[in-house]
Amino acid sequence: MFKILDKYILGPKMHYVLMEAPLIAKKAKAGQFVIVRVREQGERVPLTIADFDAKIGTITLVFQEAGKTTHLLAGMNKGDCLLDLLGPQGNPTEIINYGNAVVIGGGIGVAPIYPLARALKEKGNKVTSIIGYRSKDHIFWEDKMKAVSDRLIIATNDGSYGKKGFVTDMFKELAQGGEKVNIVFAIGPAVMMRAVAEMTRPLGIKTVVSLNSLMVCGMGMCGACRVEVGGKTRFTCMDGPDFDAHQVDFDLLMKRLDTYKNEECTCQK
Amino acid sequence: MIVAVEKITVPMRQQPAEERIKNFNEVPLGYNEQEALKEASRCMQCVKKPCVEGCPVRIDIPLFIKALREKDFQKAIDVIHDSDSLPCITGRVCPQEEQCQAVCVVKKMGEPISIGRLERFLADNDLENRKNKKAVTPDRSTRKNIKVAIVGSGPAGLTCAAELAKKGYDAVVFEGYHKLGGVLVYGIPEFRLPKAIVENEIDLLKDLGVKFVNNALIGRALTIEDLFKEGYQAIFVGAGAGLPNFMGIPGENLSGVYSANEFLTRVNLMKAYKFPEYDTPVKRGEYVAVIGGGNVAMDSARTALRLGAKHVYLIYRRSEKEMPAREEEVIRAREEGIDFRLLTNPLKYIGDEKGVVKQVECQKMELGEPDASGRRSPVPVKGSEFIIDVDEVIVAIGNTPNPIISRTTPGLKTKKRGEIEADEDGLTSIPGVFAGGDVVTGAATVITAMGAGRKSAAAIEKYLSEKK
Repeated sequence: MFKILDKYILGPKMHYVLMEAPLIAKKAKAGQFVIVRVREQGERVPLTIADFDAKIGTITLVFQEAGKTTHLLAGMNKGDCLLDLLGPQGNPTEIINYGNAVVIGGGIGVAPIYPLARALKEKGNKVTSIIGYRSKDHIFWEDKMKAVSDRLIIATNDGSYGKKGFVTDMFKELAQGGEKVNIVFAIGPAVMMRAVAEMTRPLGIKTVVSLNSLMVCGMGMCGACRVEVGGKTRFTCMDGPDFDAHQVDFDLLMKRLDTYKNEECTCQK
Repeated sequence: MIVAVEKITVPMRQQPAEERIKNFNEVPLGYNEQEALKEASRCMQCVKKPCVEGCPVRIDIPLFIKALREKDFQKAIDVIHDSDSLPCITGRVCPQEEQCQAVCVVKKMGEPISIGRLERFLADNDLENRKNKKAVTPDRSTRKNIKVAIVGSGPAGLTCAAELAKKGYDAVVFEGYHKLGGVLVYGIPEFRLPKAIVENEIDLLKDLGVKFVNNALIGRALTIEDLFKEGYQAIFVGAGAGLPNFMGIPGENLSGVYSANEFLTRVNLMKAYKFPEYDTPVKRGEYVAVIGGGNVAMDSARTALRLGAKHVYLIYRRSEKEMPAREEEVIRAREEGIDFRLLTNPLKYIGDEKGVVKQVECQKMELGEPDASGRRSPVPVKGSEFIIDVDEVIVAIGNTPNPIISRTTPGLKTKKRGEIEADEDGLTSIPGVFAGGDVVTGAATVITAMGAGRKSAAAIEKYLSEKK
């Protein structure tokens, strides 16, 4: 069984879960995910690993209530056990010394951005973190992000905290300042990642996104997670989840993400 | 001596087509004792025993039939268990008509002995008996205290583990999924292989002493190297199927276009047919096109029908003669009303503004010269394009071997399409690492995977005894 060691609310419909998972913690790297199943009738859902500690054998999951499983997970407490936990899945993010790296996280996407920023910093990159939230209530991990960033820019859509605007506005400002950026990593909703990609494309800045496609097996068998990158079909669980943002067909990704919209409503009733 | 042989096999009762398309229950109902005895009496007990040669795991078929005739069901099932650890499963899904029954001497005079049905009768009978009996704990004194890891709990892995456990090794099976059984639980539908049966067969392996670890994907949390470090003396890789094949035509990634792997996994493993009682959804198309002509295509088409489809097309580019599916599955699919569109090939899928599949454009084909597989290759008929309206497509044209082990094990040699390189006995390029089943051969049958698992178990025993 996979025990929940700690759990609390991070913000509106946003939760923090600390899991006992020594094997996963030992191997986990930035960019990887786990597959969870919460009950016998449950589905297999991918969640990004937001933090891991090999020494004490824990991994951290941060999620937003969206479908049935995350809803059920939100109702679980410290001491409860997940039925299944598989990982670490997917390829780790390629971490080298790029020079000047910008990481962009949107909403719940800030969680996986954290271990990425930390790993980049450890490799000697100059790390600028741009994190965006809907409003002040939604902000989490500001301190953690500050600790692993050379520079931290916080934005809220409504201006209730930090700067007012979207993460793309913040990046635009930065780019217009004439700063040479070597690489951009963006994790968040598909629309946000697409907006970042469109912004960095004309600037010729290499941009990596972590795709949140549909998934069932999460281990290179079923093909539910297929996406199109550079006109070719790729599988998020085996070939990703990181892909070259300028090659990703975001329109297709978003349409495929909507496949079970009606069923999601039925299931939550 | 002239022996009068009953030319016709005893038919097996089955659910009528109009009823079974409304449920997921098993279609063929199995022989009762009387039927089994009658069928067994047809066997000539010939000296040549070609059926044994025809069996990939070499069950002594005439011997078990003899015991069956004598109503010594225990002896009969023991004979089967000597060579086959999963007879409830093979009795149902083996293509006997191409193996043991294809070479049966009685076939020269009429219908061959229905060996698979007899096997199923004995295995089901045995399973039922065991439910009332306490499991026999394996004798610890004969244990060798040598650990062997088995990667994957599909037919290859289960067979290898069972054989090793019988020989006194500590067999530990690692499975990535939350359920055991591999393709037996995610791939083959309930109506062809009830999941309770798979579970029961696996319970028997647990009684033999086989240990199972779920949620353990070798190659990620633990690698082959880690397993050796943890004291495993040999490893068998039966990782099975990998990523599904697609044709590379436009529209394959529209919503509503599934690989058969995904569609069947949702329905079989995740029980999406019970949605919303179960949380995993699946599209329930009204007009469904299944692409392919193998067993997986038949399973997909018949599953779509049971999910409530009004019309299911089976689109296959060659003719029925070239179909790789088992004949009895083709017959059942036809009985159930699957619309076979043979010598037809999809060209593209057309979606609406939301990216949901709405149509498939097809092309008529004709048969030309034989290709590498020996089957006549399909050639497009110019100007024969036409459109079928659909709201769901299931692509069942095979899959590549599972890529995880080969991508995460340095020094493990693979072939062009990612198949792990292994010799006759399953030995790979790394000493102590054996492999078998679909991960070596690409998509094949349950019984060939079991045959490979069995061979590797023997080779592992040899390797370990020489290593000492």
